Amino acid sequence: MTAETTRLPDHGIGAQLRSLFGDGFPWISAGILVGVILLAMVGPMVSPWQPGALDLRSAFQPPVWAGGAWSHPLGTDNLGRDIFSRIIAGTRVSVIVAFWAILLSGAIGTIIGMIAGYFGGWADTIIMRLVDMQLSIPPLALALILAAVLDPGLQAVVIVITVTYWSWYARIVRGEVLSLREREYVALARIAGCGPLTIFARHLAPNIVNTLLVLATLQVGQVIIFEASLSFLGLGIQSPDISWGVMLADARGYITNAWWAITMPGVAIMLTCLASNLFGDWLRDVLDPKRKQL
Amino acid sequence: MTQFVLRRVLQGLFSILGASLIIFVITRLSGDPVVLMLPPEAPEALVQQMRERLGLHLPVWQQYLVFLGDALTGDFGTSYRWDMPVRDLIFERLPATIYLASAALAFSLVLSIPFGVISAVRRGSWFDRFAKTVAMLGQAMPNFWVGLLLILVFSIHLEWMPAFGADTPAHVIMPAIALGWYPVAAQTRIVRSAMLDVLESDYIRMGRSVGVPEGVLVWKYAFRNAAVPLVTMMGVYFASMLGGAFVVEVVFAWPGLGRTVVEALFARDFPVVQAGVLFAAIMFVIANLLVDLSYGLIDPRIRHDR
Amino acid sequence: MTEMSPMDHAPADQSRTDQPPVLDVRHLVTELRLRRGALRPVDGVSFRVGRGETLGIVGESGSGKSMTCLSLLRLLPRPGGRIAAGEVLVAGTDLTKLSEKELARDWRGRRISMVTQDPMSSLNPVYTVGDQVGAPLRYHGLAHSRAEARARAADALGRVRIPSPEARLDDFPHQFSGGMRQRVVSAMAIACAPEVMIADEPTSSLDVTIQVKMMDLYKQIQEETGVAIVLITHDMGVAASICDRIAVMYAGRIVEQGPAREIFRNPAHPYTRALLNAIPKLGEKSKRLYALGGQPPSLLDMPGGCRFAPRCTLADAKCLAAYPGDSDLGSGHRAACWRLSEEGAPDAA
Repeated sequence: MTAETTRLPDHGIGAQLRSLFGDGFPWISAGILVGVILLAMVGPMVSPWQPGALDLRSAFQPPVWAGGAWSHPLGTDNLGRDIFSRIIAGTRVSVIVAFWAILLSGAIGTIIGMIAGYFGGWADTIIMRLVDMQLSIPPLALALILAAVLDPGLQAVVIVITVTYWSWYARIVRGEVLSLREREYVALARIAGCGPLTIFARHLAPNIVNTLLVLATLQVGQVIIFEASLSFLGLGIQSPDISWGVMLADARGYITNAWWAITMPGVAIMLTCLASNLFGDWLRDVLDPKRKQL
Repeated sequence: MTQFVLRRVLQGLFSILGASLIIFVITRLSGDPVVLMLPPEAPEALVQQMRERLGLHLPVWQQYLVFLGDALTGDFGTSYRWDMPVRDLIFERLPATIYLASAALAFSLVLSIPFGVISAVRRGSWFDRFAKTVAMLGQAMPNFWVGLLLILVFSIHLEWMPAFGADTPAHVIMPAIALGWYPVAAQTRIVRSAMLDVLESDYIRMGRSVGVPEGVLVWKYAFRNAAVPLVTMMGVYFASMLGGAFVVEVVFAWPGLGRTVVEALFARDFPVVQAGVLFAAIMFVIANLLVDLSYGLIDPRIRHDR
Repeated sequence: MTEMSPMDHAPADQSRTDQPPVLDVRHLVTELRLRRGALRPVDGVSFRVGRGETLGIVGESGSGKSMTCLSLLRLLPRPGGRIAAGEVLVAGTDLTKLSEKELARDWRGRRISMVTQDPMSSLNPVYTVGDQVGAPLRYHGLAHSRAEARARAADALGRVRIPSPEARLDDFPHQFSGGMRQRVVSAMAIACAPEVMIADEPTSSLDVTIQVKMMDLYKQIQEETGVAIVLITHDMGVAASICDRIAVMYAGRIVEQGPAREIFRNPAHPYTRALLNAIPKLGEKSKRLYALGGQPPSLLDMPGGCRFAPRCTLADAKCLAAYPGDSDLGSGHRAACWRLSEEGAPDAA
């Protein structure tokens, strides 16, 4: 009862979003992001070629505007594989990695951050020490040593990114919960006999949704670049599986023969990251106008 | 102030200890670390010897102490790939990494300071938009891909720039751009918003009212105030460039710590990986420490408060 | 009695001397362009200040006092603020006609300077006081070396009665108290011995005892250097204590000006009388300065006639229809009110 009446009115994200499709909505960014997600889902259906299909006779065909043919709009690689089809295949990996890595690191970080912020005391101390410890290792260095002990592949990439980023969420969520905890309605809920789980779900979570949403959107670009870096080093997705990072690693070997092979997958990464960064910036301006800490 | 310095140094030491613990835990996660630390073809006698040396028969916490003791005495074992003590290898490669990270930091500042300051002075102008675009691009491109594009254009097509190695001063230019472009966006943004705040302040108006020239007002009076948040941010990025230049170093065959660690990883030369990552963490912590200590140089209020 | 529109009369004031005024402001109009349209926070203001003289500009907040003083130095907010019409003559030179560069090089801080409202935020926190007080000296070529700048900065600090000035040159602003900081700001303003100093509520953020000391200090500095002072204040008491002449500002225009004694003894304009009535009497606790009913008009929606009419107890149809011209009440005392002649005596109501 108390719980219902003391809820803050400002967390109806759906209502907020509905009123946002007006001025300044980043249609292009949103369009690119939706396009990437759609491609990841229906990729094999729209892909003109099998992404792995070899055709040595048509190796090193340039893109269509540089003297190539429409059959391979973005050209072919050293084994005659269609770069356009491979980029489509690569979106799948990027989206899967981004989805799982963000979901896992976000969920783990949020839960840990909530525990630290809500209970305080020794739980907080231990968790925050752990976060500090982890933050003293550069992310890619941590990823390298982890990648070394894990079997490389999609799972390893997700685990590595999750381990790297959970502390991010934990720190920010903890800060938010610390300030929310002292609010009157949370205190009331506690007096009214609500358990920690109810308070988390009813009072804390709705108020940090905005923050999490902005963090997650801004993380998309970073995760995609992280995956590409790991795969490029040979520690992430392994050829013949396809990701944008793998394509770049392959293309590096014949950079002098085919500039398009090294350019196109990078452009895909760049567009996706630009879109998610711009969208995230917009979201932050809209949802966090006070610029608390993001 | 002294107390503050001491406290931060202690915190730094604690962080390094924590990093070593994490590295230790991860290497033990895989089961038998000896498998990681020796090449697959190592003779059984060597494996046994290694087990003894690592004290694998001891309880885990004692194993950590052994690991820590070795690290403290500078004994990181021997590199199989390079056939030399790991410590010597690391100290041989470290300077190149510091050099590259410094050059990258310099590049990022050369872009982001004028970008941020001029964007603030002429907000809404074409320059403001241009700077924002350049900055955002850097954030959206993997640094190694920027490196590859630079090689493609300036080394392969135009043949202006050397692509690999670190022999001449010109060699550092392209890797520094590749590594230093990423932080430009965040740094520009922070300089711009800090400058916007400062330029509206009473003391800038006061300076203007006594005839201080506009250029001095913007670049000296205002910028120094706007520099504190920039230093914080730049320190964080410098630290991560020191400890995270792996991919760029690989792309440009830069003889630094990052490439060494990656090569060691593939050669299963685990002592090098372990020590390399630990050193990356140490430099990361030291760089962050230096940032904290540098505030006092910029802002006298901090100098006197602590 | 003569009646003129505020735009075409010469702001004659022969109260003090025959020599030309150091600061002569003529029909100054300042515009602020906002998205909602252009405002005129200063709308046809004219006044003169002679050497060694202090003019007080009084009025409620929002009356355009601060905008007037920013206009004099052309320090209006950018973008959007500009001087739309009028002249600001300092020793005969019209500052509104100068380039920004000339203004900074030869005028601001050199011949006309300003002390602003908040001493806490008027000093740059990351430079030493010696640096900042020395800045006008260096940039105006009055100090040719670091050592000379320091020596003259110390001298300026001494003139504002900061104890042991040499020892404090290397201190930072945060090491000074509020009152001391205002002295430092004043030292910056007088470092180059300007002919005109504008003080915008220089003491309003300080406590009363320090206020009195600051006012005494300004008087002393004036006696030493002959600087003409324009003192902006909303406090009639402060104005009474230091000013030779008073200009009362309301809604962007000067409604009455004249010798201070004259203004206090025979206030002509109903607004001035309301302000004077609002001064707390001796011993009275009230800090509230004006018990005047109503609000000043919004700059976006200025009444067509007398701007004070909506709040004026004497207002009639004429007041609402047209703005009154200035009436000369003798010895430099002038006021803009329709009801002066009809009421006959300025001390009616």
